[in-house]
Amino acid sequence: MSAAMSSGRHPVAASPYEASVGDAIPVFKRTTGLHEWNRFAAVNDEFVSIHMDDEAGRAAGFPGAIGMGRLQWSYLHNMLRAWLPPGGRIVAIRAELRAPNRNGATITAHGVVTAVRDEGGQRRVELDTWIDDEEGSRLAPGSAVVEVPAAPAYIVQADTGNL
Amino acid sequence: MSSEPATTSRISSEMAAAVGGVLSERVSYPVSESDIRRWAIAVYFPERPPREFWDRAYAESLPPGGIVAPAEFNPFAWMEAGDDPPAVKRASTHPDHVEQRLGIAGPGLRFQLNGGMESEYRAWMRPGDVITSVTRLGEYREKRGRLGLMLITMLEDRWTNQAGELVKLSHNSSIRY
Repeated sequence: MSAAMSSGRHPVAASPYEASVGDAIPVFKRTTGLHEWNRFAAVNDEFVSIHMDDEAGRAAGFPGAIGMGRLQWSYLHNMLRAWLPPGGRIVAIRAELRAPNRNGATITAHGVVTAVRDEGGQRRVELDTWIDDEEGSRLAPGSAVVEVPAAPAYIVQADTGNL
Repeated sequence: MSSEPATTSRISSEMAAAVGGVLSERVSYPVSESDIRRWAIAVYFPERPPREFWDRAYAESLPPGGIVAPAEFNPFAWMEAGDDPPAVKRASTHPDHVEQRLGIAGPGLRFQLNGGMESEYRAWMRPGDVITSVTRLGEYREKRGRLGLMLITMLEDRWTNQAGELVKLSHNSSIRY
């Protein structure tokens, strides 16, 4: 997938049951800075100088303090969770942290479906995933696999009701 | 950055021989609903987190039945069951923390960054679960980048719960320079 491609060029699949190869899933977007980083540091015990102090960030070769890779990782999970119906789960996920997010940057998690398989009563959907910033720089390319029951629960209920 | 970029390998023979070694075996305190709520609030901030992470009755009405932790949740933050006294300053923030845990000399690089992660998830983490993590040194390799010769360290981490069920298999890379 080219760096210029954004999920905005793809039709959006509302759920794994509507997903086809090439479909995007709804994005997860956050403008991040010290409020987001401090809260994440508090729950992950991740009080590292480059995430708290502009001078420490510059000493490490960045324009200032930078966000945590683990928080980008959570944003990718948040995007997938929002797309999954009850009973769905994330099976596997991978992200390469190529660049950090700067203080005040708006970053967006994206996903595009690369495969859909129905096996053993489960639907597995594979996706290319990534995070980019408002300049289009790809910060965290990767992939994910999610799984849902092959038939959504509401259809099973409707079928039972018609018996 | 005040130090000169490295041009020669930082992987000593002692480090190479340590590949495959166990860095740590950690046991968490029981996961609590409060831990899960706080994690969810932090990673969804400033929006409200999904209801299934903070409303027990609602979570019980949905599969998988009851509150479960977000898959990426860290049950080892702040204090592990074996910490006595609490580890007020985490050793993992030191760039040589991998080698320190293995009892060998580290490369002495100044900075470290998270290079990426890969996880496979199996059993849910639920309130009351006690998670055991076994972390091994998977691999060292080097790569030239804009910051000079960078040392990439791969760690393999296997999490199980108190029933012996596999919770997570992950591979994490750190970049030191």
